[in-house]
Amino acid sequence: MESYLPVIWAAIIGLAVAMYVILDGFDLGIGILFPFAETDHERDQMMNSVAPFWDGNETWLVLGGAGMMVAFPLAYSIILPALYLPVIFMLLALIFRGVAFEFRWIGVTSKRHWSFAFVAGSTLAAFCQGLILGGLIQGIKVENGAFAGSAFDWATPFAILCGLALVAGYALLGATWLIMKTEGSVATRARIEAKLLLLVVLGFMAIVSIWTPFAFERIAVRWFSLPNILFFWWVPAATLLVAFAAWRWLETGHEVLPFLATIALFLLGYLGLLISNFPYLVPPSLTIWQTAAAPATHIFMLMGTLVMLPIILGYMIFVYWIFGGKLREGEGYH
Amino acid sequence: MELDPVFVARLQFAFTIIFHIIFPTFTIGLSAYIATLCVMWMRTGRERYRLLAQFWTKIFAVSFALGVVSGVVLSYQFGTNWSRFSVVVGNVIGPMIGYEVLVAFFLEATFLGVMLFGWNRVPPWLHTLSAIAVAIGTALSAFWILSANSWMQTPAGYEMRDGIAYPVDWLAVVFNPSFPYRLAHMVTAAYLTVSFVVLAVGARYVLAGRHLEHGRTMVRMAVGFAAIVAPLQLFIGDQHGLNTLAHQPLKIAAIEAHWDGDAPGELVLFAWPDEATESNRFAVTIPHGASLLLTHSWDGLFPGLKSVPPRDRPPVAPPFFAFRAMVGIGMIMILAGLTGVLLWWRSRLFEARWYLWPAQHAWWMGFVAVISGWIVTETGRQPWVAYGVLRTAEAASPLAANTVATTLVLFVLVYGVVFAIGLYYINRLIARGPQDPTLEPRRSGGAPTPSSAPGGHKILVETERRVPSEHVV
Repeated sequence: MESYLPVIWAAIIGLAVAMYVILDGFDLGIGILFPFAETDHERDQMMNSVAPFWDGNETWLVLGGAGMMVAFPLAYSIILPALYLPVIFMLLALIFRGVAFEFRWIGVTSKRHWSFAFVAGSTLAAFCQGLILGGLIQGIKVENGAFAGSAFDWATPFAILCGLALVAGYALLGATWLIMKTEGSVATRARIEAKLLLLVVLGFMAIVSIWTPFAFERIAVRWFSLPNILFFWWVPAATLLVAFAAWRWLETGHEVLPFLATIALFLLGYLGLLISNFPYLVPPSLTIWQTAAAPATHIFMLMGTLVMLPIILGYMIFVYWIFGGKLREGEGYH
Repeated sequence: MELDPVFVARLQFAFTIIFHIIFPTFTIGLSAYIATLCVMWMRTGRERYRLLAQFWTKIFAVSFALGVVSGVVLSYQFGTNWSRFSVVVGNVIGPMIGYEVLVAFFLEATFLGVMLFGWNRVPPWLHTLSAIAVAIGTALSAFWILSANSWMQTPAGYEMRDGIAYPVDWLAVVFNPSFPYRLAHMVTAAYLTVSFVVLAVGARYVLAGRHLEHGRTMVRMAVGFAAIVAPLQLFIGDQHGLNTLAHQPLKIAAIEAHWDGDAPGELVLFAWPDEATESNRFAVTIPHGASLLLTHSWDGLFPGLKSVPPRDRPPVAPPFFAFRAMVGIGMIMILAGLTGVLLWWRSRLFEARWYLWPAQHAWWMGFVAVISGWIVTETGRQPWVAYGVLRTAEAASPLAANTVATTLVLFVLVYGVVFAIGLYYINRLIARGPQDPTLEPRRSGGAPTPSSAPGGHKILVETERRVPSEHVV
């Protein structure tokens, strides 16, 4: 039982991270696409389409952080100091993004400034999250169970590539969300943006898929050795298939399916990263078992999580349902 | 100058958490007030309660956003700046923070969406239910985070193996000795803080002759609440202090600037505690006062600071002065609550400008008292981060001092800008006052806007056009 607990916890935190990436992904994506809207009216419409949800969406990030501290305190205590600057900059960026939701409506004369804060905050947060991902994949220097590198170890071309990739990915999520939730000029433009972004995102996914096995031998072994390749070949194949479907649905004017296809694309990419790195939580040295909290801690927290997670998902779905359907032009909640 | 990384990390944590605590204090209290207003609206059907609920919900939204963004920072700072803390006590303290996220954060954040944007989308009962869900969420959040904090003050239910704390008895961990007192004291403080904000806003409207009906309702609700709860808080605080004496006697010694445990404690009204000479300068004292308060006997003895070597003592000045600020404000609150009720009883509450004028400027009192209280309890815990388990100096991350100093400067700049603007916007919302969006031109309470004026007419037309489209969906 005890050796399964870290696996269960890795799954729960993996779920929290996936929920965060998808849900706050489209919020942040809307911030990234903000500069391309033509009028203030369009920007209002874009922001209104996510205003009731962003708070709840960002909470998954807190669950990811807190869950990590509960379940894998050693990993938490190594990863965060190692990626100190990207983490802090992400948090600062999220501050501007978050308050912009409220301040932009109150500040009449300063609306432009808060629009800028929303764009800058969303884009920087997305970029920093990509840096964190890249920094983690490329590995962290650990000695005696503590971070032993320096403040800029994460700053590599690969991490920057991951940062740009995530900005594009979130923008794609945001664009397909807008296709689903809005109408008029916003939705029309989002459809054009989504097509462009789909190609960019596929490009980034291809580069990461080629780069990582060349740069990190453990990843090459994981994917291309026998019999692994027989189990994993369908992941890139499915990614291509989903991407093709997304493109078709964007062409044929579907409103909901492009968003769902983008989510599938994200999940497949995420699965690919899991395959590359499991069971390492602090690549290349520490596994989920080596960094796990005490079994008693895992069990105590698991009881609450098993009860609460379905309840949370239940009322979240309920609130999405309340604010379901299209946001009509000119309709706002403020 | 050589910077001490631990000192910079402490400074950063102190800064970010003092900034943060302002908003939960406000939103714990305000969500309960809004839920109360919603319930009263449902029960009486009076529009003024709905309008007040709508008005405070807007202010709630701004402060909640500030609370969320500054709170996310804290949940990561345990790792970024205090990684040794996470490793040593994470097994025990982690779940409390985990439970806070699961039972409280999601509840608050999700139903806040309904509370803010659901006025035209959900029926009143569901709206009221959402307001109650948010209020319960904020209180549950206080429950778990104060449990975690109290464990750091009075650790229980654990054992140490190889320098790492392991849980043994979860009930003892969660309900550790100081937790019930700290929870009662803090939640009461949040409600009291908000009652004085509501009083200040109400008094402001009454004095200005605007939104009179709403202003009066707010003043009455706040005064009635404060008159009962402010004295209650004195009692809770006293019990909390006695609990601290039992478990953290040195914190009490620092609060009382009590150096020599062999002599009865004097109640020090004012002094300059001097750590170098281990004595108080310029002291104004009541002999035997502290003994009487803390041990309920004339010659009662309690440990002094000199009972341990200097390296095991908390700093004296911060708990000493902050405690006096907190208690001073508490006394003023009691006086203000009782005076208000007396005036209300004599039907003079809204004529007494001498009472309303200071009241309208008293909104900050609760916040300063809460921050002071936290300074007392957190500096009084030093030199430990988890009392008797882990020293603060041994809890920090392996980071260079200048890295932490750089981010500290950034936090100060960003929080300074965001906080100042947030305060400015909240003030602007208050200045605008409660107003019904569907009845825009007829400003409730205040002087009616001439509806014949072109502006007024235009608003009416726009409103009429907007209302149906909102009901369609």
